[in-house]
Amino acid sequence: MWSHDSYYVPSKAVWPVVVVAGTTSVLAGLANLINGLSDGKLMLYAGSVFIVVGLTAWFRDQSIESESGKYNKQVDISYRMGMAWFIFSEVMFFAAFFGALFYTRYLAVPWLAGEGGGPGLFTFDFLWDAVATAKDYTSSWPTNGPGQVGGHFEKMEALGLPLANTIILLTSGYTITMAHHALIDDRRKQLKLWMIATISLGILFLICQGYEYHHAYTEMGLTLGAGIYGSTFFMLTGFHGLHVTLGTFMLCMILLRIYRGHFSPDNHFAFEGVAWYWHFVDVVWLLLFVIVYWM
Amino acid sequence: MNTLRQLIAGLILSSLGTVVHADYKLNMPVGVTELSRETYDLHMLVIYICAGIGLIVFGAMFYSIYAFRQSKHPFPNNFHENAKLEILWSIIPFIILIIMVYPATELTIKHYDTKDADMTIKVTGYQWRWRYDYVDEGFGFMSSLTAESNAARQMDSGINPQRVQNYLQDVDYPLVIPVDTKVRFLMTSADVLHAWWVPDFGWKRDAIPGFITDAWAKVDKIGIYRGACAELCGRDHGFMPVVVDVRSKEDYESWLAEKKAVLEEENAKSDRTWSKNELMVKGEDVYLTSCAGCHQPNGEGIKGSFPSIKGSDIATGDLDEHIELVLEGQGMMSGFAESLSPVELAAAITYQRNAFDNDTGDIVQPTTIKDWLDDLGY
Amino acid sequence: MAFVTNPLDNHDHGHDHGPAKGWTRWIITTNHKDIGTLYLFFALAMLFVGGSFALTIRSELFQPGLQFVDPEFFNSMTTMHALIMVFGAVMPAFVGFANWMIPMMIGAPDMALPRMNNMSFWVLVFAGILLLSTLFMEGGAPAAGWTLYPPLSIQAAHNIPFVVFSVHLLGVSSIMGSINIIVTILNMRAPGMTLMKMPLFVWTWLITAFLLIFALPVFAAAVTMLLTDAHFGTSFFNAAGGGDPVLYQHLFWFFGHPEVYIIVLPAFGLVSTIVPTFSRKPLFGYTSMVYATGSIAFLSMIVWAHHQFTVGMPLIAELYFIYATCLIAVPTAVKIFNWIATMWQGSITLETPMLFSLGFIFAFTIGGFTGLMLAMAPADFQYHDSYFVVAHFHYTLVVGGTFPVFAAAYYWLPKWTGYMYDEKLAKMHFWLSFMGFNLTFMPQHFLGLAGMPRRIPDYAIQFADFNMMSSIGAFILGFSQLIFVYTIIKCIRGGEPASDEVWEGAQNMGLEWHLPSPPPYHTFETPPDPQLIDRVTTVEVTME
Ligand code: HEA
Ligand code: HEA
Ligand code: HEC
Ligand code: CUA
Ligand SMILES: [Cu+2]
Repeated sequence: MWSHDSYYVPSKAVWPVVVVAGTTSVLAGLANLINGLSDGKLMLYAGSVFIVVGLTAWFRDQSIESESGKYNKQVDISYRMGMAWFIFSEVMFFAAFFGALFYTRYLAVPWLAGEGGGPGLFTFDFLWDAVATAKDYTSSWPTNGPGQVGGHFEKMEALGLPLANTIILLTSGYTITMAHHALIDDRRKQLKLWMIATISLGILFLICQGYEYHHAYTEMGLTLGAGIYGSTFFMLTGFHGLHVTLGTFMLCMILLRIYRGHFSPDNHFAFEGVAWYWHFVDVVWLLLFVIVYWM
Repeated sequence: MNTLRQLIAGLILSSLGTVVHADYKLNMPVGVTELSRETYDLHMLVIYICAGIGLIVFGAMFYSIYAFRQSKHPFPNNFHENAKLEILWSIIPFIILIIMVYPATELTIKHYDTKDADMTIKVTGYQWRWRYDYVDEGFGFMSSLTAESNAARQMDSGINPQRVQNYLQDVDYPLVIPVDTKVRFLMTSADVLHAWWVPDFGWKRDAIPGFITDAWAKVDKIGIYRGACAELCGRDHGFMPVVVDVRSKEDYESWLAEKKAVLEEENAKSDRTWSKNELMVKGEDVYLTSCAGCHQPNGEGIKGSFPSIKGSDIATGDLDEHIELVLEGQGMMSGFAESLSPVELAAAITYQRNAFDNDTGDIVQPTTIKDWLDDLGY
Repeated sequence: MAFVTNPLDNHDHGHDHGPAKGWTRWIITTNHKDIGTLYLFFALAMLFVGGSFALTIRSELFQPGLQFVDPEFFNSMTTMHALIMVFGAVMPAFVGFANWMIPMMIGAPDMALPRMNNMSFWVLVFAGILLLSTLFMEGGAPAAGWTLYPPLSIQAAHNIPFVVFSVHLLGVSSIMGSINIIVTILNMRAPGMTLMKMPLFVWTWLITAFLLIFALPVFAAAVTMLLTDAHFGTSFFNAAGGGDPVLYQHLFWFFGHPEVYIIVLPAFGLVSTIVPTFSRKPLFGYTSMVYATGSIAFLSMIVWAHHQFTVGMPLIAELYFIYATCLIAVPTAVKIFNWIATMWQGSITLETPMLFSLGFIFAFTIGGFTGLMLAMAPADFQYHDSYFVVAHFHYTLVVGGTFPVFAAAYYWLPKWTGYMYDEKLAKMHFWLSFMGFNLTFMPQHFLGLAGMPRRIPDYAIQFADFNMMSSIGAFILGFSQLIFVYTIIKCIRGGEPASDEVWEGAQNMGLEWHLPSPPPYHTFETPPDPQLIDRVTTVEVTME
C-alpha cells in the first residue's frame, strides 16, 4: 500500500519498443535459419544490435534514476515483487521439463515395454515385438526407446564432472552471499573480490559443462537425438546452462556498476535481484543433479 | 435450385428455433450395444438434472428482471449477505453432483472392461484411411472413402453431394463383425493421431502412433453402422469414414471364408508375370486410393507438404531407391510394405514411374516386390 | 473530489506529465490509460481478423461439398481463428480493462512497472504479426488445430518455428502483464484500500494473473519441445524414442484448462461489477465471491486431463479427472446464485451493459451445463471432438470472452470519453448479437449429438440444415459487430456529455465514478481520501 509521498511514475521511453522489435527480428531470423533460409542471418544480426542498444540504454536510464534517488521504498518493493514473480514463472518453465522427464520415465517407457495398464496394455506385444530394434525391449532407464533412436549411447554418470559442477555452483552461492554481506557492510573491496569469485565460478561451471557436452557427443554417443534420455538430458541441462550464462552476464553487469560506484548498503535492489536469480539457478541445478544425473 | 430450397428450409427452421422434425436428429443415438444404451441413459440423466436446475435459475433471474424493475420496485432492498443461504447453495450442487457421478463411475469401469473378448480386431489409422486386422485370423485390409464420394467432394467437382448415396459415409471395404459377439478393438496409428468413432457403439477411442489403446463392443442388432475419424489428422480428416457391417454369425463365417479365398487368389496372382498395361491399369487404381490423398491425382503433390511425383528425382531415378522408399516410408510418409499387397505395390510403383510424363519405361513385377519384402524381413 | 484538491500535492519533477505530442505518443507511452486504450483497440482489430476467419469457416460449412477453400486451408482457418481469438482478441481485451481500471479502482497513480507495461503491449503486437505472417508462407499457416497436437503439428512445412516463437512472445507478453498487475494490486493500493475492499474485478484479475504465470511457461516449454522434435531430433513425442504424443496433450492442457478460466475469471469480475450498479444494490456475498474465484482457480489447475478422456488413460486417472472436474461446478454455482441474489429485490434497469451481463449469465450457465455433461467421461466418449464440444466452448468462450467485454465497454465508455454512447444503437448491437449467437451455436449442440465431428470442411447430408442455420447466425453475429465499432467511434467523437457519476447511484460503486469524465491523463497522483474509499467500498448502499 502506498502511504508516503507520491509514487514515482517514470517518464516515457522508447527503449522497450526497440528491444521488442529487436527480439522479434532475432526470432524471425532464427525461424528462417531453422527452415534453411540463409536470409535469416541478417535479421538475426540486425535484431541483436537493436536488443543490445535498447537494453543498454534502458538499463542506463534505470540506473541513473536509481542512483539519483528517485526510487523510494515503494518502488523498491515493486521491483522485488516483480523479480520474485518472474522467478516463479521460470520455476514453472523448468517444472514442465521435469514433468516430461517423470512422465516418460515412469509412464511412457513402461507402457512401451508392455507393463502396467492403460495405453500400454498390448503396446509391446502388438507393435514393438515384431520390430527388430525392439525385440527384447524392457522398461529401464536410461533408454532411447524401442526404436533405439540415435543408436548406442552411454549414461552420464553423476560422480565426476557433474559432482564437481555441483560443488562449483554451491560455492558460488556462498560467494555471492558473502558479496552481499560485504555490500551491506559497505566493504567495497571485498565486495568486488567476492563478485569476481562468483563470476569466475560461473564461468568455470560453463567450461566444465561445455567439456561434458563435448565428451558426450564425441565419445559417449549421447546426443540430443539419443531418444528420450538424450532429449530430456540435454533440454534440462541445456536450459539450465543457458540460465547460468544469462546469470553470469548479469553478474558482470552488476560488477561493472560496482566499479562505477553504484549501490549503497541500503539501496541495491539490482544486486539482490541478480543474487536471487543466481540462487534459483543453483537450486535448479541441485534438482538436476539428483534427478537427472543420479536417479 | 436445391441450394435455394435448402436455404429457405434453413431460414424457416431457424425462425422456428429448434424444431423437432423427424428428419433432423436432435439427440444422441441410443445405439446398438449395452454400453451405448447406458451412455445414452447417463446423457439423459444429466440433461434432465441440468434442465431442472436451469428452470429454477433462469426462473429466478427472469422473475427478478420482471418484478424488480425500477419502475415497479424503485427502492432496492439492501441485503448483501446470508451465510446460511450461501452454505446451502454450495451443498446442494455438491449432492446433485454425487448423484450424477455415481452412474458415471460405474459406466466408466464397464467401458474399460475389455477382458474376455470373443475376438480381437486391430484398427490402424493411416492418413487418411483405416486398416482392420483380424488378429485371430491373420489377415487384414484397408478401408477408404468410396470413389463416388471422393469424386464428389473435390472442389468444383460439379457433382451434387445430395445425389451421392451416403455422401462421405461410405467406404470400399467396411469392417465386418458378427452380431452378439464381444469384440475387443485395439487402436493404433501409423502416422498421426486419429480416433475411431461409431456413435451407435457408444464411444470413440484415440489411435496413437506407437501405442495401443483399447475398447470393446458387443453389438446386438444386425445392420450397417457409420461413423468417422474424430481426431484432426490433416487435410483429409473429414474424409476417412468408419463403416461397420454387423452380420449374423453365419453370414460372418461365410464372409470370412470368401475373404480368405480372395486373399489366396491375390497371393497366387503375385507369382505370375504382369504386363505393363495390366500394371498401369491396376496402378492407377491403387494410386488414386492410396497415394493421391497426399501426392494428388495429378501427381503434382502439394507444395511445402507433399513432394511432386511428376518429375520427381526418385520416381524417375534409381528404381531400388523408389521401391525402398515406398516399402519402408520416409519422413512423414509411412511405409506401405504391410498395408498393400505385392501386386498393388508393384502396380503403384510402375504407375508412378510411367504416368505424369515420367515415362521411364520401368516395370516392377510383384515377384520383385516379394523378394524385397523377404529381404526386409516382413 | 477530495484527491484533486489534496494539499499533499508534492509533485516530483522527474515525473511524466502529459501525453507526448503526435503519433509517437502511442509508441513510447508508459501511461496506463494509453496502454489500456492500445490493448483495447488491438483486441478489437483482432476480433475482426479472428472473426473473418470464423466467417470463412462458416461459409465453407454453409452447405455440403467443398465450395470455397482447400481442406488444408480450412484447417488453417480453424487453427488461426482460435489462436487469434483467444490470444489476440479476448485476453488483450481483458488486459486492456485491467490497465485502464485497476489503478483507478484501487487509487493508484499508474501501474507499478510502467515501462514493462509498454513492453508487454508491443511484444503482443509483434507476436501477432509473427503468427499472422505464417498465412503467407509456403506450406501455409499452422493447420493442426489450436491445440497443435503432434505428430500432426510437426508435419507442417515452414510454420513451426514461427508459431513456436510467436507463442513464446505471447507468453512473455502475458507474463509481464501479469507480473505488473499482481505487483500493482499488492503494492499500489491507496491507504485504506484493504484487500477485502477491492472491487471484485480487481480480485479476479489478481487471481487470473497468478494463473497466467502458473500456466503459460508450461505452454512455452511444450511448444519448445515441439520445435526440437521437429527440427533437432529429440523424441519427446515419438514413441520409437521412448516418448509419447500424449505427453504433449498433458502439457498443453495443463496450460489450456487454466487458460479457459483465465478468460472467464475477469469476465466474472466485470459482471460482478456491472450487475450491482444496474440493480442498485450491493453485490451479494462479496466474501464468498472472492473465495469462489480462488477455488475455481485452484481447481482449474488439477483437472486438465478431462480434455483427454478418450486417449486411454488408466482407469484411476479417468475417474479422478471426472471427480475433480465436477467440483468446479460448486464455486461456479455460487457465482451464478450470487448474481441472481444481487438482482433479487433490487431496482433494475436494463441499459446495454446490464443486457450484455444478463446475456452472459444466461448463455454461460448453458455452457456450464454442457461442460458438466462433457465431464462425464463415458458420455464424453460420445461428445468428444464433435460439434457438441464446439457448442460448449462457444457458449462459454464467446459469451465469456466477448459479452462481458462489450458490457464493460459500454459501462465505462462514457467515463473514458466524457460522452454518452448511443443507447439505441447499443441495444440493437446487443439484441442482434444475442440472437445471432444463439442461432449460430445452439444448432451445433444437435449437430454434435447427431455425430458431426469437429474440424471438418465438409459433412454428410444429414447435417446440412443445422449447418446452414449456424452459418446464417454467424453472419448476423459477425456483422452486428460493425454496429459496435460504429457506436464506439460515434461516442469518441462526441455526443451528450456524461456526468462524473454516469450511472444513477454509481458513486457508491467505486472510486472511478468520483473522477471527472473523462478523467485527466494522470489520476490519483496523490492517494484518495481514505474516507472516500470507505464510502465507495462499504457495502451499505444508500439510495435516496
Ligand atoms: C471460458 C471458457 C470455458 C469455461 C468457463 C468452461 C467451463 C467448463 N468446461 Fe469447458 N471447454 C472450453 C472452455 C471452457 N469451459 C474449451 C475452449 C474447450 C475445448 C477446447 C478444445 O478442445 O479445443 C472445453 C472443453 C471441455 C471439456 C472437454 C471436452 C472434450 O474435448 O471432449 C470438458 C470435459 O470435461 C469441459 C468441461 C467443463 C466444465 C465442467 C466446466 C465448468 O467450469 C462449468 C461450471 C458451470 C456450471 C455447471 C453452470 C453453473 C452452475 C449452476 C447453475 C449450479 C448448479 C449446477 C449443477 C450442480 C449441475 N470443457
Ligand atoms: C474466445 C474465443 C473465440 C471466439 C470469440 C470465437 C468466435 C466464433 N467462432 Fe470460434 N473457436 C474458438 C474460439 C473462439 N471462437 C476455438 C478455441 C475453436 C477451436 C479451434 C480448433 O478446433 O482448434 C473455435 C472453433 C470454431 C469453429 C469450429 C471449426 C472447426 O471445428 O472446424 C467454428 C465453426 O462454426 C467457430 C465459429 C465461430 C464464430 C461464428 C464466432 C463468432 O462469434 C465470430 C463473430 C464474428 C466476428 C466478430 C467477425 C466480424 C467480421 C466481419 C463483420 C467481417 C468484416 C471484416 C472486416 C471488416 C475485416 N469457431
Ligand atoms: C500421408 C501422405 C502420403 C501418402 C498417402 C503417400 N505419400 Fe509418398 N510421400 C509423402 C511425403 C510427406 C513424402 C516426402 C518424404 C520425405 O522425403 O521426407 C513422400 C515422398 C514420396 C516419394 C519421393 C518423392 C521425392 O521426389 O522426394 C515417392 C516416390 C512416394 N512418396 C511414393 C508414394 C507412393 C507410391 C504412395 C502410395 C502407395 C505414396 N507415396 C503415398 C507422403 C505420402
Ligand atoms: Cu483420421 Cu482424422
Ligand atoms: Cu477444460
